[in-house]
Amino acid sequence: MRVATIAIHTFKESVREKVLYNLVAFALLLIGAAILFGNISVGIERIILITLGLTSISVFGLLIAIFIGIGLVSKEIERRTIYNILSKPVSRVEFILGKYAGLLLTLCVNTAIMTGGFYVALFYQKHSLNGEDVAFLGAVYFILLQLAIVVGIAVVFSCISTPVLSAVFTFCLYVIGNFSNDIQALGGESGSRVLGVCANVLYYLLPNLGNFNIISRVAHGASIPAYLWIGNSLYALLYVTVLMSIAVLVFEEREFR
Amino acid sequence: MLAVETIGLTKDYRLGFWRNRVRRALDRLDLRVEAGEVFGLLGPNGAGKTTTLKLLLRLVFPTSGTACILGQPLDDTSVRAHVAFLPENPNFYDHLTAEEYLGYIGALFGLPSALRRRRISELTGQLGLASSLKVQLRRFSKGMIQRVGIAQALINDPDLVFLDEPMSGLDPLGRREVRDVILWLKARKKTVFFSTHILSDAETLCDRVAVLHHGRLQGCGELNRILALSVSATEVVIESPSPDVITEVMPYVSSVVRTGDRVRLEIPDEGRVETALEVLLCRGTKLISVNPVKKSLEDYFVEKVGGSGESSQRVTSAGDSNS
Repeated sequence: MRVATIAIHTFKESVREKVLYNLVAFALLLIGAAILFGNISVGIERIILITLGLTSISVFGLLIAIFIGIGLVSKEIERRTIYNILSKPVSRVEFILGKYAGLLLTLCVNTAIMTGGFYVALFYQKHSLNGEDVAFLGAVYFILLQLAIVVGIAVVFSCISTPVLSAVFTFCLYVIGNFSNDIQALGGESGSRVLGVCANVLYYLLPNLGNFNIISRVAHGASIPAYLWIGNSLYALLYVTVLMSIAVLVFEEREFR
Repeated sequence: MLAVETIGLTKDYRLGFWRNRVRRALDRLDLRVEAGEVFGLLGPNGAGKTTTLKLLLRLVFPTSGTACILGQPLDDTSVRAHVAFLPENPNFYDHLTAEEYLGYIGALFGLPSALRRRRISELTGQLGLASSLKVQLRRFSKGMIQRVGIAQALINDPDLVFLDEPMSGLDPLGRREVRDVILWLKARKKTVFFSTHILSDAETLCDRVAVLHHGRLQGCGELNRILALSVSATEVVIESPSPDVITEVMPYVSSVVRTGDRVRLEIPDEGRVETALEVLLCRGTKLISVNPVKKSLEDYFVEKVGGSGESSQRVTSAGDSNS
């Protein structure tokens, strides 16, 4: 119950951040601009619009996740707002989970707005929407799963570091996570056993975010196989659970001087 | 029942990049605060007052020693349902309105929504916040933020209230309001445990005080006893005395201060007061007042913290609130 209370008020607080409006507005602008790019790309207007539109949702979702995610805990400590919450009958686990859920809710709402903008752009270009276009929601769902992991990483870092360092670390992990398949392949092709083992360890340890990127697939009209739906959903759930467990363990020992 | 009890409570902070330097913020603190009393924790800046409060609220963890609040160990989260805390110079969420924030805190205490609304209405009415309920907290002045802080602290009708430097940075009106709230809590038999370095506030409000210095307890006791422990002198004020009278009583007095027509005589020896008064009355001197000069809390404080230059600079005496 307290987790829900913290989540709702985290959502209320973060959704009123001006930076959020700017990012969403910019994302909608970029989605709108995708129509123009489509017009100058003969024959592939639709692919350009879908790719650029969904990529905008992903990139701006990432920026929102990092900007607000790192502020979840470290800003609370920096501004000492946390004193008032943790001195109430609230456990630290409830605090972390509530904060995480609140930010996830913020991301869902923002992603929904950006997705709405994307479908408006699609309708403007095609003058209609059909059943095939529902498939793009699958890509949006995967973007959300990816963002859920990124926010989890941001929460872990913000429990142990400053806001700036948390943002840098989270962004670095996001970039590396998108290339984790390549890291494993590189280790395999290096010929060195040690390097191969290290690459494998990294592959399993780091978030495998590349699997969530199906924008190109849906832009070309390919369907999303069932194993991706199930696999990605379970992977995200597992990874977020591990991240939250780490965040809680770190936060339980944290002192607020 | 004891509202607060600490036994050998000690806190070391590890400092430096490698965390290899240790600074002892609190050193084997033994305190017992009875339910229903107003207890003042005094000390100069850096004495360990805030650390004590943070330890009691589990915002930091003790290096050694134990403590209980309302008879429960500190790691029992449920006991905090009966406890309130107002940190020094509190900060709240910028984008929430006062009503949303107080509702949020009420919900964290698990208050039903009807009771929450009633408590918010009562407290904001009492603290003069009723017209600002829909305003976002980032638009509030420091005094208004302090009032929100008090309202959030009292929303659960707590039995034990911790206040960390509650008058810090407030104007005289704000300080008066906080004092009134503490007196109101005292009248309702609530326990108030507050830290301060403003001695006049402690003198006005506290039943008992403890003095901390460099993390160590220097003294603890009932304010009445501390202040009544010793009468350091007797002050006699007379009006328009002749020069002869002053010369005659000079053997009995330690200081003579003339202000207009009036003269203030300080007689250090209690046994010679009667003789001095006889001399004055025999000469037909007009007597205005005779008062014992009691030890002030400031004297007690300076005595306990050693009155070193460092301490006296760090301690704010009566009236200096903005340090």
